[in-house]
Amino acid sequence: MSASKLELEQFRTEVSAWIADNKPGNPGFLLPQTFMEVGNEQQLEFLREWQYKLWSAGYLGMAWPKEYGGGGVSPAFQRIADQEMRRHHTPIAFNVIGLGWAGPLINDIGTEEEKEKYLKRILSAEDIWCQGFSEPDNGSDLGNAQCRAMRDGDEYVVNGTKIWTTMGNFADHMILLARTAPQTERKYDGLTFFLAPMRIPGIDPRPIQKLTGEYGFTETFFTDARIPASSVIGGEGNGWKVAMQTLQYERGAASGAAGGLNAVHTSAGEMIESLRGVQRDGRPILEDPEVRDELVQTLIREKSIALGDRRVHISALNADYPYSLPLSRKLRFTEHSRAMRKLAVGLQGNHGALYVGDDDVIDGGFWQRSYLNSFSATIGGGTSQVQANIIAERVLGLPKD
Amino acid sequence: MNAEAKPITHNLTMDFSEEQAMVLEQARQFCGEKSPIPSVRNLLDSVSGFDAAVWEEQVQLGWMGLAIPEAYGGLGLGISCSVPVAEAMGKNLLTTPFIASTLAAQAILRGGDEWQREQWLPGLATGTVASLALLDDGDWGGSLCEAEVVRRNDEYILSGQKWFVAHGATAEFFVVSARCEGSTVLAVVSAEQVTKNESQVLIDETQRAAKISFDQVNLSSSAILSQADTDGLLADLCLLGALLTAAEAAGSAIACLETVVEYLNIRKQFGRLIGSYQALKHPTVEILNAVDSARSHIYHAAGLLGSDALDNDAEIACRMAKVLATDAICYAGDRAIQFHGGMGFTYECNAQLYLRRAQWSQQYYGDSRHHRTRLARILLDNSE
Repeated sequence: MSASKLELEQFRTEVSAWIADNKPGNPGFLLPQTFMEVGNEQQLEFLREWQYKLWSAGYLGMAWPKEYGGGGVSPAFQRIADQEMRRHHTPIAFNVIGLGWAGPLINDIGTEEEKEKYLKRILSAEDIWCQGFSEPDNGSDLGNAQCRAMRDGDEYVVNGTKIWTTMGNFADHMILLARTAPQTERKYDGLTFFLAPMRIPGIDPRPIQKLTGEYGFTETFFTDARIPASSVIGGEGNGWKVAMQTLQYERGAASGAAGGLNAVHTSAGEMIESLRGVQRDGRPILEDPEVRDELVQTLIREKSIALGDRRVHISALNADYPYSLPLSRKLRFTEHSRAMRKLAVGLQGNHGALYVGDDDVIDGGFWQRSYLNSFSATIGGGTSQVQANIIAERVLGLPKD
Repeated sequence: MNAEAKPITHNLTMDFSEEQAMVLEQARQFCGEKSPIPSVRNLLDSVSGFDAAVWEEQVQLGWMGLAIPEAYGGLGLGISCSVPVAEAMGKNLLTTPFIASTLAAQAILRGGDEWQREQWLPGLATGTVASLALLDDGDWGGSLCEAEVVRRNDEYILSGQKWFVAHGATAEFFVVSARCEGSTVLAVVSAEQVTKNESQVLIDETQRAAKISFDQVNLSSSAILSQADTDGLLADLCLLGALLTAAEAAGSAIACLETVVEYLNIRKQFGRLIGSYQALKHPTVEILNAVDSARSHIYHAAGLLGSDALDNDAEIACRMAKVLATDAICYAGDRAIQFHGGMGFTYECNAQLYLRRAQWSQQYYGDSRHHRTRLARILLDNSE
């Protein structure tokens, strides 16, 4: 299914033109910068419409099978479409848990019936997906999840609490990790993975107000919620394995995601542009040698990640630690993103103390809001500290704590 | 924000050819066999710093000809194929005149006329040791042209002093940068013509370099490389030197990382393997990430090099590669000593080899700050 360079370049022109014609204008209200920031119906409907449009035009799920709503072409096309979306600063394709986690999983290990039931509706944003992994007392230690799912005839009865459920209040389905056997020798063996319905009695998602003052997550309470036994995926007791596979999609270590942007793109170049008007000690800040050095280091780090994404495909250059680049990508990228935003705010001088809503704030407060939000990525999906443990153990072969 | 993403670092080329892959594999195997740590240590106090037999084998394998065109007895694969060799040598702390002679050959190839190329390149392809003599004192950011050539009719008279001339004691000739009537020249000077050739005591005991000086040395006009844009050529040679040094440093950083990981997996304290402590684990992951980033930039840079003058993207790439590789080996070497505890403080522990290598790689062809300062000018000052 490999495509010629010419085909790909023609495609780039086509998709770029389509985006230029169809990219929505400023909606007049604050849009989410990442999929973890969808806080109200207005934002939701706007993003749902954009994702539907993107998919209808054939620029989402391009590498997913045709029979389930995908495009059935090489992933190279989707990569180009994503690059063009980034370049044009389009809104995000917000249904990320579906597009990037549940979808690839169902594609890889789901039954025919599950593929038919779920995949197309993930792409079209008719169904919104959320994820139920973390619990109030078990964040990074996911294997210790205590939310219970007890078998009762054709159903499981779920009791417990999940937290950091992105769009939990809007979602139709949840990928749920729950404990089906409370007393196993290894804590991991008692876990089962479900493709669970959300709009049923006994599930109560309560929005959490984030450090930005906005919403986007819920704490999700399960009280005798009954989900069908057929919603188990990967088999009872195999939940840990399935969850790990799912995390590989998220951490970028496995392919299969439908594509689309999961965050508003920005770059060190844009940060530098935002600073051109800032003064320090009576001179333009970009003439300050220390600031210059920090900016150059940021540019280098940004480029390291982009080049790593290319080097990862060259096996001869990954012989020492074949899993190093894919397994460390989340850590490198999210820490870079956070550090860059921190720097951007720090370099604004007095302006750094302003926030979204002030007339004088630089770039509408983008950098401030984005910095506060950036922690969702260094914490969510396994904190940076846990990522470092994983890399140490799986890539370098260091002993567990 | 309305600004279009400004493509400051838009070139993300990552081409790694079949030839480069073959060279990398062969070089890694060769260096692994020929340069185990005991052999490295045996050479530390030798005069030449390298094993003549191993050098001869490298020459036989064609490595000196990799970046020399076939017309002059080389393999014509280009300088991008020399990069993996430098990395493999760095990984095994194997130090021969490979980098020095490769760079000297690049000077003649890029700067010489037909006669000059024919005069020197075939010898270099078959193992003649030569070296660049560029640095006037301790500052890679200086003009590199404080040596002076005075022209008298058809004769050129060279005076000056050069530092850190790699393998200065072994080299048969040098390519020397100097100022002549207001412009930059590169002159080929044979070892016999050098007035004083003093080996320097280096922190990295695997490397060899000399301070060489010239007092009214007579050169014929054919010794002056004929390239018109000698300033550009000199800048390019510095970038190529930075890239090969970066590759060597990245290789050493990988080996240093392996040394750390090995120790963290055998040393026990308080009843636990010390590698299980996050205080040691996390910085070790930082070393890994630093090496990964450096290697991405190094092979990106290598892919941008051809036989032409280096363009802006290639300059950015070489400088970034040097920054990251230098920082990686400096961090790795520093942490390697610390993580080996008391053992790390001994000469016997191999960690010192890497820490010393780090200090060499750091300064050679410009340290990290030097390159970042230059990058700032390129990346921050070209507003529309």
